[in-house]
Amino acid sequence: MSLSSPLGLLAEITHRCPLQCPYCSNPLDLIARSAELPTAQWLDIIDQAAALGILQIHFSGGEPMARSDLVQLVERANDRGLYTNLITSGVQLTAETLAPLAAAGLPHVQLSFQDIETNAAETMSGYRGSLEKKRAAARDVVAAGLSLTANFVVQRDNCTRVPAMIELGAVMGAHRIEIAHVQYHGWSLVNRARLLPSRAQLDVVTAAVEQARATHAGKLVIDYVIPDYYADYPKACMAGWGRRFINVGPSGNVLPCHAAETVKTVPIPNIQSTSLSEIWTGSALFNLYRGTDWMAEPCRSCDRREIDWGGCRCQALALTGDAAATDPVCSRSSDRPKIDAALAEAVGGDAPLVYRRFSR
Amino acid sequence: MTQALDPAAIPRFPRHVRFQLDAVRDRWVVLAPERMFVPDEQAVEILKLVDGARSVSAIAAELAARYQAPEDVVLADVALMLADLAARGALQVA
Repeated sequence: MSLSSPLGLLAEITHRCPLQCPYCSNPLDLIARSAELPTAQWLDIIDQAAALGILQIHFSGGEPMARSDLVQLVERANDRGLYTNLITSGVQLTAETLAPLAAAGLPHVQLSFQDIETNAAETMSGYRGSLEKKRAAARDVVAAGLSLTANFVVQRDNCTRVPAMIELGAVMGAHRIEIAHVQYHGWSLVNRARLLPSRAQLDVVTAAVEQARATHAGKLVIDYVIPDYYADYPKACMAGWGRRFINVGPSGNVLPCHAAETVKTVPIPNIQSTSLSEIWTGSALFNLYRGTDWMAEPCRSCDRREIDWGGCRCQALALTGDAAATDPVCSRSSDRPKIDAALAEAVGGDAPLVYRRFSR
Repeated sequence: MTQALDPAAIPRFPRHVRFQLDAVRDRWVVLAPERMFVPDEQAVEILKLVDGARSVSAIAAELAARYQAPEDVVLADVALMLADLAARGALQVA
């Protein structure tokens, strides 16, 4: 298999965030501000990404608007022909903070919503007034003529409100809605028994999404992500390890996915010492689970090995202790009972939420 | 099955959709939020004429003249190809 150029770059420019969502996809060891890359380094990463063939860049975090140089980064990405996406909580987004971003060429903003009820949204985000600020942010994005994606993060407590979420997204003028069930990595794995919906709850959400897709066909794109614990086959995580995407973290670590730092068997490459191109083609980390040669059974002889690429390496590591194992979500994995046990344990689980915070 | 666009319809790229050359791979791409479309050679020639001023039939007439092809055949292809992209949110039609 010949190696092609990457298509997308997830730029997690900071881990700072005013929200404390207990299902944050950031690692448990958050990077402090003092260890963040300087502006010049990010500008260079953007130049390297464009030269390498990357077409879309996603500014994320943490909260990317926490960095004062975001406008500069967007402008550079736009100048280099990259399609720029801002993935934000929206609580710092106002007409005033958005205007320079729009002027810098930003076409699209993805706003995350924890819930559509004020109290529930505040409980999940750990941020007072979050819903009101997000709704105001959505108005500002649409008023500025930018494309809005409303991303609703779904878990046990809010899954009955999915039809109302989609209606809110439509009313706000979103072009695209994501109904995204929590995936269980990092912080959400800690809170799994408190967040996982039941099978019956999941089925209700799925039916609601299908109905809304029919209602809004041709007018609104609705993307849907189920909790992979309920799937028979694993997700094609990152469309395959080192196949399409690169993730750069706040301190310049370059990863095949945002949880890949949990893999401890090879060095984690960093942009301060190695070029993006060298990391993509030659680093031990990106080559570790690239393609299919690394696979053991049941993946190795599986007819789906180039459909799901063995699933998620970090989930295999977290739940089986072996990052080269078949994703335990897979019904063909001997570790599938671990997933079924987690689902059984989650029914009625009411442990207190552990919020995302910096450790001392 | 997508319904073909009206010949009088005027397609344009919305502000958040970019039709551009992917220089590294030497091909044209349509970029949208969390989406990428790679139009084939014929579609690229059609999309290069999408400017928010030309109608579907004007685009077809220009291509028919350029390639000395029957205009009704070209029009059918153009109207269907553009309808498909519009259905996926990558084109607006006035």
